[in-house]
Amino acid sequence: MTIPADLKYTKEHEWVRIEGEKATFGVSDHAQEALGDIVFVELPEVGRPLEAGEAYAVVESVKAVSDVFAPVSGVVIEVNGALEDAPELVNSDCYGAGWIAKVQIAEGSVELLSDHKYSTFLEE
Amino acid sequence: MSHTLNHSDPNHVAQQYSSTQGIQHEEPLLFEYHHDAPESIQLPGVEGALSADLTRFSRSTPANIPSLSEPETVRHFVRMSQWNHGIETGFYPLGSCTMKYNPRVNEKVANLPGLAHIHPDQPEDSVQGVLKLLYETQGWLGEIVGLPYVTLQPAAGAHGELTGLMMIRACLDARGEHQRRTVLVPDSAHGTNPASAALCGMHTIELKSGADGRIDLDELKAHLNHETAALMMTNPNTAGAFESDVKEICQLVHDAGGLVYGDGANLNALVGVARPGDMGIDCLHINVHKTFSTPHGGGGPGAGPVAVNATLKDYLPVPHIVKDADAYHLKTCSDTSIGSVLGSIGQSGVLIRANAYIAAYGRQNLHKIAEDAVLNANYVLHRLKDAYHVPFDGICKHECLLTDAIQNKHGIKTLDIAKRLIDLGFHPMTIYFPLIVHGAMLIEPTETESRATLDSFCDAMLEIATQCQAGETELLHQAPVKPFRRRLDETQAARKPVLAWPT
Repeated sequence: MTIPADLKYTKEHEWVRIEGEKATFGVSDHAQEALGDIVFVELPEVGRPLEAGEAYAVVESVKAVSDVFAPVSGVVIEVNGALEDAPELVNSDCYGAGWIAKVQIAEGSVELLSDHKYSTFLEE
Repeated sequence: MSHTLNHSDPNHVAQQYSSTQGIQHEEPLLFEYHHDAPESIQLPGVEGALSADLTRFSRSTPANIPSLSEPETVRHFVRMSQWNHGIETGFYPLGSCTMKYNPRVNEKVANLPGLAHIHPDQPEDSVQGVLKLLYETQGWLGEIVGLPYVTLQPAAGAHGELTGLMMIRACLDARGEHQRRTVLVPDSAHGTNPASAALCGMHTIELKSGADGRIDLDELKAHLNHETAALMMTNPNTAGAFESDVKEICQLVHDAGGLVYGDGANLNALVGVARPGDMGIDCLHINVHKTFSTPHGGGGPGAGPVAVNATLKDYLPVPHIVKDADAYHLKTCSDTSIGSVLGSIGQSGVLIRANAYIAAYGRQNLHKIAEDAVLNANYVLHRLKDAYHVPFDGICKHECLLTDAIQNKHGIKTLDIAKRLIDLGFHPMTIYFPLIVHGAMLIEPTETESRATLDSFCDAMLEIATQCQAGETELLHQAPVKPFRRRLDETQAARKPVLAWPT
């Protein structure tokens, strides 16, 4: 189970990489492991405004269909189109090639956890 | 296209069992069988000349259909049927889907010529017998669930959900409450619930379950308001637990101006013992294949009758069977009805089988269905509770819930356990549902299984637990090693489905 130190996490098992005014979203290693093999990712539209905590994408695995929630508020500026043909990237490289969306950050955030706190949260 | 034989090479451990190896034929698809033997189908030629009108339609190229004789075709389908595991070949404890044995007497009744060989559009006076049976079935179902007004029209459980929500919507509209368009659905619900709400033009809000897997009253209160149309609840819920706060839950929804829809998927645990109508539920669909032993639809003809209380009775679909003195009629007009949801009054062949099952038990003994189903599930739970993790304490209703938490420590997951059960001659239980429980295994034995059958299933489950403990992970990861088809690539099947022969 990997939990990179340079990312923040949510209790819904998403990660966010904040770089200045921009943020990248994805799901954590724990999430992809629990979901099982991903077969489809429904991406948001570029330009869509998101509230922190809002469901912005849907991942479908062989087990279930799950919403993915925005860790921070913002407007979608880019989506990972590669997932349309290769949703398995979420399983194989959830923190890298399996990213889901990038946003221009606006005000608002759900509770974000450091790697240590997320690790403790998972153990609980 | 060439076809290679693909017989598995079971390893030595699997060879202790002989349970899933019957006659095995490798079987090509019908198109792969294709041989240039036009003599296998012989149609008479055309006598005389075709008129110009018909010539227009004559085929210029041969039809691309397999050229096989009748026995070749029959053998193809019979061979493939032998690869299947059904309730008539073995135990099939599929929780929440309910694979209940269909007693032969049901078939005998449904195949009586006077019931089997009639047409939905025959004149009423020529089908009084079947109308009487269906009217009687309507009444029995209403009495069993405590909601006296019943439509037999819906062709499946999910169709019943939609029909029920349409009635609820019509009722709220008649009250002038057009803003009530929100349906509350617990996160443990069957996926059809939110789907039906969406199809009915409503929005869904998911309610997080409490720590005990039941509806959390505070969570419910927080989401009830002037936009609430209905709560959809399943009782007992999909974790196999009775919603013990059901009366308070219904009261809260009613006080907020909404109605309560009951998903009757788990009625088997209550039949003859407790009635959803008495609990405060306004509207309930009945999956007759789950509770009253009709064949599992699987996309074929099914039935999902809906029963409602006085609040909703004016909105029932038409046509509707009514009794006038000694004759039965179809009532086709109503100012308030939501209209028709099926092209006839219902799937009579399926409903007659349900009638036969209810009649076989009779009013005095109907409670034995629920009691035996609940007893069987608790027997399985009791035998497996030390070897497998039980997420929610206490007795269960008609299905019991386990997880793979103990086996996870040995690198074994629910999927491996399910696949290994196939080697041991059992259809796997429902896995990874309900979604709120990690690694869920939901087991529903139903009332018809003997203690010997339950014991053999539990022995197999305990053996798998022992194999996990003993570190036989390779075997479990490869399972099933015995049947004709091994572990299928479910991911590729979902990602790149091939659903048609490429022509």
